Amino acid sequence: MQIVYMDHAASTPVRREVLEEMLPFFQERFGNPSAIYDIGIDIKGVIEDQREKVANLIGAEAKEIVFTSSGAEANNLAVKGAVLANRKKGNHIIVSTIEHHSVLNAARFFERMMDYEVTFLPVNNYGLVDPQRLAELVREETVLVSIMHGNNEIGTIEPISGLAAICRDKGVLFHTDAVATVGNIPVNVKDLNVDMLSLTGPPLGAPKGIGALYFRSNTRLMPLIHGGIQEMGRRGGTENVPGIVGLGKAAELTLNELPEKTKHVKNLKDRLVSGIMDRIEEITYTGHPENRLPGHASFCIAAIEGEALLLMLNQAGIYANTGSACASKALKISPVLVAIGVPAEIAQGSIVFTLDRDNTAPEVDYILEKLPAVVERLRSFSPLWKKNI
Amino acid sequence: MYSEKVMDHFMNPRNVGTLEDADGIGEVGNPVCGDMMTFYIKVRDDKIDDIKFNTFGCAAAIAVSSMVSEMAKGKTLKDARAITKDSVAAALEGLPKQKMHCSNLGAEALTKAIENYEKKNSA
Ligand code: FES
Repeated sequence: MQIVYMDHAASTPVRREVLEEMLPFFQERFGNPSAIYDIGIDIKGVIEDQREKVANLIGAEAKEIVFTSSGAEANNLAVKGAVLANRKKGNHIIVSTIEHHSVLNAARFFERMMDYEVTFLPVNNYGLVDPQRLAELVREETVLVSIMHGNNEIGTIEPISGLAAICRDKGVLFHTDAVATVGNIPVNVKDLNVDMLSLTGPPLGAPKGIGALYFRSNTRLMPLIHGGIQEMGRRGGTENVPGIVGLGKAAELTLNELPEKTKHVKNLKDRLVSGIMDRIEEITYTGHPENRLPGHASFCIAAIEGEALLLMLNQAGIYANTGSACASKALKISPVLVAIGVPAEIAQGSIVFTLDRDNTAPEVDYILEKLPAVVERLRSFSPLWKKNI
Repeated sequence: MYSEKVMDHFMNPRNVGTLEDADGIGEVGNPVCGDMMTFYIKVRDDKIDDIKFNTFGCAAAIAVSSMVSEMAKGKTLKDARAITKDSVAAALEGLPKQKMHCSNLGAEALTKAIENYEKKNSA
């Protein structure tokens, strides 16, 4: 049976070149980078080389990069670390309503456990935040604003540089969760004008379990993991050397190959989107039609439910994602779909395809062949479908 | 996540559709996540002679509807009323815990269809 994997926002395969680069660091080159003998010093040098490579990819300096265990940890370090280190400034945090849980829940943590106020900045139907609105909400006590760069559920890319400029003018720290963008589009911290930026390994072809936080060199950060003085004292714990090597190699490859990858996935995505819109009636393309991640295609299909849709596609060898309530553990519709104003019963029919460099045109065509038939079949069961009313 | 039985009834649901001249119709919506199930029954000699359903919901909800329709077909109204979310789940070789409410939906829709029939015929 043909297998078509289009859930790259959830996971990606580690690139062969990346894995090969990592392998020696499990056995031959196992030394602890904090050690003072040769095989430790050697590893310390390796880590610093990777820091340089990651910094290069996003236009930062090596000393502005902290390695973390994931994008979620980078987000936690940014939000909690910056808010805790700047307690004296105030007790107000602003995040958008479509942030990843690692940002939302880190902000809510301050609301619940301490005397902080969190303002949730709404988005429009495309998922875009309004810079004007942000400017009105920032106040004297605002410590941090965190707004994501690209959204993994609807693909929308936020106008970060403008938002960050507003905060810079008012002396408020600005963080962006760029987990969905670094590795998929060009990202430059100077152009974006941000104080902090989170990224993770998988979109670059690096393994799970490694991420990084960029922080502008004078940004004060309280560590979340207290321990030794690894990572310039910002994160204790012996470094995940193979992971760091993997991220460094993947960053180096990405820097060279990004334009080609972006073009490839965008072409495939455009073919997928127009093919689906032509073949299926009563369907909504969610998120911003142009300002979006190049390999991201998200829809809501009327009168059917996403979990059923995913499982039927699974039987045809197609792997995708959904934000439907029935597919979530809490039986709640994706907060992102709620935030962009999709009605509950329409949001139930959510489906998300995320493409990457390994996808091909025949794979897109396979989906275009199978998906309409699966949708039609599920609709034939549905009391909401017009032919059954 | 799902048993083979669930997957079979989900992929090939029995008795999907509507009955134009139904004797009883039962419609339920799920307050938890906004799904819907409608059952149509034809009654003859106090037995469920024919049954059809339409379901908007997850794979479990579709499999449950299919299983309920199979279990109810040919049964007396009294026996059909005895179908519960647990007996449906058992017939499907189990359902994940968070999917038990989908099973409830099926039993409820069937009961409503029977009540609808009884109400029409008691007048
Ligand atoms: S119908 Fe929503 S979880 Fe089953």
